[in-house]
Amino acid sequence: MHELAALTPLGGQTPQISRVGAITIAEVTDRALASVSARIGAGDAFHTSASALFGCKLPDPGACVSAGDFTLIWTGADQWFVEAPFASHEDISRIVKTALGATASVTEQTDGWVRFDISGTTVVDMLERLCPVPARRMETGDATRSIVEHMGCFVICRAKGQHFSIIAPRSYAGSLHHTLKATAHSIA
Amino acid sequence: MTQVNRTKGGLIDRARTLNFSFDGKSYAGHPGDTLASALLANGVRLMGRSFKYHRPRGPLTAGSEEPNAIVELRTGARQEPNTRATTAELFEGLDARSQNRVGSLRFDLLAVNDMLSPFFAAGFYYKTFMWPKAFWEKLYEPIIRRAAGLGSLTMQADPDLYDKGFLHCDLLIIGAGPAGLAAALTAGRAGADVILADEDFLLGGRLNAETHALGDQSGADWARATLAELASLPNVRVMARTSVFGAMDHGIYGALERNADHLAAPGQGKPRQTLWRIYTKRSLLCAGATERPIAFENNDRPGIMLGSALRSYANRWAATPGQDVAIFTNNDEGHRTADDLLAKGIRIAAVIDSRADAPKTNRYEVLSGAVVTNSAGRLGLTSVTVQMANGQTRKLACTALGVSGGWNPNVHLTCHQRGRPVWNADLAAFVPGGVLPPGMTVAGSATGALSTAAALASGASGAVAALAGLGLTAHAIALPQAEDAPVRLTPLFHVPGKGRAWLDQQNDVTVKDVKLAHQEGYISVEHLKRYTTLGMATDQGKTSNIGGLAVMAEMTGKSIPETGTTIFRPPYTPVPIAAFAGRSAGVDFRPTRLTPSHHWAAEQGAVFVEVGMWLRAQWFPRKGETHWRQSVDREVLATRKSVGICDVTTLGKIDVQGTDAAEFLNRIYANPFAKLPVGKVRYGLMLREDGMAMDDGTTARLADDHFVMTTTTANAVGVYRHMEFCRQCLWPDMDVQIISTTEAWAQYSVAGPNARRLLQKIVDPAFDIGNEAFPYMGCGDITVCGGLRARLFRISFSGELAFEIAVPTRYGDALVRRMMEAGAEYDAIVYGTEALGVMRIEKGHAAGNELNGTSSALNLGMGGMVNKKKDSIGSTLSEREGMNRPDALNLVGFRPVNTAETFAAGSHFINREAVANAANDQGYMTSVAFSPNLGHTIGLGYLKNGANRKGEILRAVNPAQNAETLVEVVSAHFIDPEGERLRA
Repeated sequence: MHELAALTPLGGQTPQISRVGAITIAEVTDRALASVSARIGAGDAFHTSASALFGCKLPDPGACVSAGDFTLIWTGADQWFVEAPFASHEDISRIVKTALGATASVTEQTDGWVRFDISGTTVVDMLERLCPVPARRMETGDATRSIVEHMGCFVICRAKGQHFSIIAPRSYAGSLHHTLKATAHSIA
Repeated sequence: MTQVNRTKGGLIDRARTLNFSFDGKSYAGHPGDTLASALLANGVRLMGRSFKYHRPRGPLTAGSEEPNAIVELRTGARQEPNTRATTAELFEGLDARSQNRVGSLRFDLLAVNDMLSPFFAAGFYYKTFMWPKAFWEKLYEPIIRRAAGLGSLTMQADPDLYDKGFLHCDLLIIGAGPAGLAAALTAGRAGADVILADEDFLLGGRLNAETHALGDQSGADWARATLAELASLPNVRVMARTSVFGAMDHGIYGALERNADHLAAPGQGKPRQTLWRIYTKRSLLCAGATERPIAFENNDRPGIMLGSALRSYANRWAATPGQDVAIFTNNDEGHRTADDLLAKGIRIAAVIDSRADAPKTNRYEVLSGAVVTNSAGRLGLTSVTVQMANGQTRKLACTALGVSGGWNPNVHLTCHQRGRPVWNADLAAFVPGGVLPPGMTVAGSATGALSTAAALASGASGAVAALAGLGLTAHAIALPQAEDAPVRLTPLFHVPGKGRAWLDQQNDVTVKDVKLAHQEGYISVEHLKRYTTLGMATDQGKTSNIGGLAVMAEMTGKSIPETGTTIFRPPYTPVPIAAFAGRSAGVDFRPTRLTPSHHWAAEQGAVFVEVGMWLRAQWFPRKGETHWRQSVDREVLATRKSVGICDVTTLGKIDVQGTDAAEFLNRIYANPFAKLPVGKVRYGLMLREDGMAMDDGTTARLADDHFVMTTTTANAVGVYRHMEFCRQCLWPDMDVQIISTTEAWAQYSVAGPNARRLLQKIVDPAFDIGNEAFPYMGCGDITVCGGLRARLFRISFSGELAFEIAVPTRYGDALVRRMMEAGAEYDAIVYGTEALGVMRIEKGHAAGNELNGTSSALNLGMGGMVNKKKDSIGSTLSEREGMNRPDALNLVGFRPVNTAETFAAGSHFINREAVANAANDQGYMTSVAFSPNLGHTIGLGYLKNGANRKGEILRAVNPAQNAETLVEVVSAHFIDPEGERLRA
């Protein structure tokens, strides 16, 4: 085991959790993340090995699915992000690349992003003040790309009307967290 | 003061009293009052002075169309000018003041302008104040601005927060009068996602202002019951105090919700207003109609208002501008006003009906075929002069006059995408027509269906039709029996006369001004508008435009529809700029990006600089250093002497994979990449399609099918976008996948003669990073600090022996701390962007200053890199003749002839004996730094044929700062031109 200590995207030793009114804003750091892109022409071979590794079919555009340790998020044409527990999958890109071989291009994305989970009964009211996605209409498992205060991000509905993830480039963590808290105050 | 003009009834909460002040005087009103209704109830008719002539003015209307009762609200940082007293909700402690006056409201010193009115006719500012020319800026303009000021600013920052938000619905219903409510109920019961928005704080529109019954209920009670049902429907969102101000593209509407304008101050952390962007599949415009005045001489005195406004004040707010009221009408509405006021116990002086066949009654005197020709009263109406049908004149004492000239449907939003309304001769008004914004339909009086029954029916059927278009079935709802009076109107826009008759009361435009515009050839309505300023005030001419068109039509002998309307543009009512800014204000103007070492750098006292959205450490001051140059010089010298560390994470990192990755890079870069061996890095220059340099950086080959490219910080996004375009659109068949990994890896440059020794203490012993095993331009996956995966690149921007080391970002903070510990024995320092810049200039490396969008590979001295054995983007167009002239600019170095002298970037080069002008320009300086190693200023710059002019002496001329320095043309590589250090 190496000797370097990790910092969370917000710069702390442990993830920050804030509660504002009915809203909980949680910095999530216990998930590893990798990008998976299908190689051109790899089609069936790619999907076969992906299904074998992840235990489910890759989600269609606008969606994410979970199976076992893995959550798969559609992020673009023939491109997905894979989430898995950090503790067991810190080396996620090697794990995925080993299984998919030459059928896929894989990169480590774990530390490229900051994930905030926002939850609570008024979470949709909050999202309406954050980004243009129709959060009220999003079903559990819907995932899309959007913008929050100029920051490009993924918006994932983990539980309809109750729990969403906003995943944005890691360097924006402080600004995004400020925005989330301010918006939660607006509706508190 | 007692509320002398407060009548019985009304929709105000008399159980509670609100104290407020106007021009320093205290008054009382009730919840439900507007500032205007409360002032009228208190016997105050005079609320402001007009824009140009400083004429005394009171409210003309009871709504957002108000041109006259414009006031300042609140004090201190929250002071807001130019608000309408007719829409300002009363709250406890409201401090309101009249504006646009010098002295008191009653004795405005600038009322003298009214006497000088011949000098202020339409277009006066184009004709007067022309001489002497120098007087304009210093004398005339300040005086005019003072005279025509619209309120004042405190110059304090707005302390309030503004939110922005996004809503989605099936049907947006704009306006919650009878049509809007009937529509919302119909669509709501059908289960559609409905948003019902209205600018008022009490929804119901004219149902709250009229006395007609709906079935066995009052209009107001029906509205209240309907709103209660709507509130119980989870699929309906009712938004009061929300103005839908614009119909944008693709079914998007702009709306401003005033969350806290009815409070003394917003709650802590709460927004004052919210700007909503509403995405809707269909919209139903139920915006109602605006009554229009009839112009006559001196028709602008306080106490003269629209008949519908008199009814609103009496019925909704239990207030009246006076106890003796005359009515001037060209239609049946005037009689409705008289009846309503009589019911409140107000005396009707007479109803002056311009129609010869006016209805007769014994409840009040009706003067048929008569018109009002003038009025009297210095600060408020005392009488009107009536010209009777028989030609005689009669003076009527009254303190208020209600004017009804017919109704104009509020077509504005139907025209926001350049649609033009059509003329309806029965109403003598424009109604929606032509091409409406996609998905929009119109109901209620906004279509010209002016009766309550017609409004209810068209609202309900409008909702059914709108939902049918979405494949949703809505059932007709039971509508109450309601008033269904026909429109009986004889058009009358102004009463002919010699004096000034006001059309646009906010901008002081009279019938005479329109005639003058006609006389001077400004006949087109768009010219008329701009020449006279008709309709250009904050009310956008809601009560005045049609009058101006009518007068112009009369002058030209054309009809009103032939004369046409001006373009309608958003916003429908004013929207604060702060609402458009939302949270993007002050330090939150835009988000900031922090580097992995940011917190550590802040601990070291780093001075940060914005680089795009990034905050980068610029230098790290140490104790005793009082000037930035001391810090930067120390960082440069220490790095070149031993070792320095710099966070370079902000440089773009683009991961390129796929079986065609190498060929892809070969096409993106001007120089070859196909044969770059695995484990090697190469410098690459990419061109734009037009042949100019786009960006540069290094690309490492980690595997046959795997590269990592770096870009400059500034171009990280642009280069990625360019590559996505190439991948997806130019060569979709290539097997290439790209993705940004900029933030996934914390990357540090470790530079200086001791860089390797320092890193050998960090990199795990299994990896040999000696010069043979890991030569210049080598790269590879390694582990550090006992097994952490990392990447190492032997590249150098400073010209020293240097590496860049990357670890997963979460360990970036720990890594820089560990490297500083490990480097202590070598006096390792950390350096910022300034030292980085100095060292790259010393080394002659191009950066953003040189890659400035106008430079080619040839200019950069890299013409030979554009490989002609392959095709690449920009290769062909870089061969253009003009880009390959013998005297093309070349990047070279400069040093002052007298090394004690200095020069500035941006200076232009002029030959020694030549005149310093553009014709003699030889090029320009792009980058300048003080080199602590050489002990003098150095510069890089583009010089005509510079490659062949080494040793020449030129002048670096800086006309902006009136400076000039003799410089010698030298090699751009000031330090280690042979590159021995970086290969050490």
